[in-house]
Amino acid sequence: MNFFTRKRSASSAKERLQLVLIHDRTDLTLEEMEALKDDLLKTIARHIEIDPEAIQIGLEKDGREQRLVADIPLRGAARRRAG
Amino acid sequence: MTAQVITVTSGKGGVGKTTAVANLANALAMDGKRVVCIDGDIGLRNLDVVMGLENRIVYDLVDVIEGRCKLKQAMIRDKRYPELYLIPAAQTRDKNAVSPSDMVRICNDLRADSDFVIIDSPAGIERGFRNSIAAADRVLVVTNPEVSAVRDADRVVGILEAEEKGSPALILNRLNPALVRNNDMLSAEDVLDLLGIQLIGIVPEDETVIIGSNRGAPVAADGKSRAGQAFRNIAKRLQGQDVPFMDLEPQSGLWSAIQKITGRK
Repeated sequence: MNFFTRKRSASSAKERLQLVLIHDRTDLTLEEMEALKDDLLKTIARHIEIDPEAIQIGLEKDGREQRLVADIPLRGAARRRAG
Repeated sequence: MTAQVITVTSGKGGVGKTTAVANLANALAMDGKRVVCIDGDIGLRNLDVVMGLENRIVYDLVDVIEGRCKLKQAMIRDKRYPELYLIPAAQTRDKNAVSPSDMVRICNDLRADSDFVIIDSPAGIERGFRNSIAAADRVLVVTNPEVSAVRDADRVVGILEAEEKGSPALILNRLNPALVRNNDMLSAEDVLDLLGIQLIGIVPEDETVIIGSNRGAPVAADGKSRAGQAFRNIAKRLQGQDVPFMDLEPQSGLWSAIQKITGRK
């Protein structure tokens, strides 16, 4: 690897640890996280129209607290107005 | 006197718990405090050799618990500081010879006539660790700026919070400032951001530490040792003093003077 162009290892260490710690702390595997997202989406989609592609659901760290953060853009209202 | 009971733990082994205990105890004794160290690693006795007291052991922690000696008889007096004592771990028994309530009872007996009781926890998160934190008023977590050590430290912090031991303070040990400058080592800021706990000290990587261990003379007493200075600072913070964090940039020696003159810096 070229010494001058390689990505410095401290940032890989930090990025990898950020992910690992989030999952260690919540005791949630990646598969379980995917299942949770699917269930959430199905439930929400029963009530309102959503764009599955535009949705972001993930765990975020705030100090030592973990948060499940979901960003779910709605598209139903705009379409109804247009129609 | 009512001693503060401080447990030093880490999750991962080999990050410098025993070194930290020996040095903090020496530094506190240098400040005139009466200190008792307890080696909590039953079966893997270590603190005695790091403190240079291995030849003076007669009784150990399990002898006290099982009533074969009085508490005072198991307290080995340090060679240099008459107010510093070690209660060694048993070498031939296992961790099940001690229970959390035994540790609470022994620490309560020690509280009356000491300023600090410092417990050296074994690595891991099992029985020996549970014993070691049972009596703690305050917990210090030692880690190194490496992925495995930080991950294990985080596990331990999570357990301490679940056990309502409060948020521990972090000792970041063996930081190499040159590697951090090159972005090839996690910085103190990175580790603090990841772990989300308060910092009580950063100890730079320093070859005097191993020389001190070799001799059974912790570097806290060495005025020239950078790591020794870092441990003395932590000891002051444990006494409630507000000590600024050390500048870990290279010292202004001959080489940096030359660099300045030649404009290489």
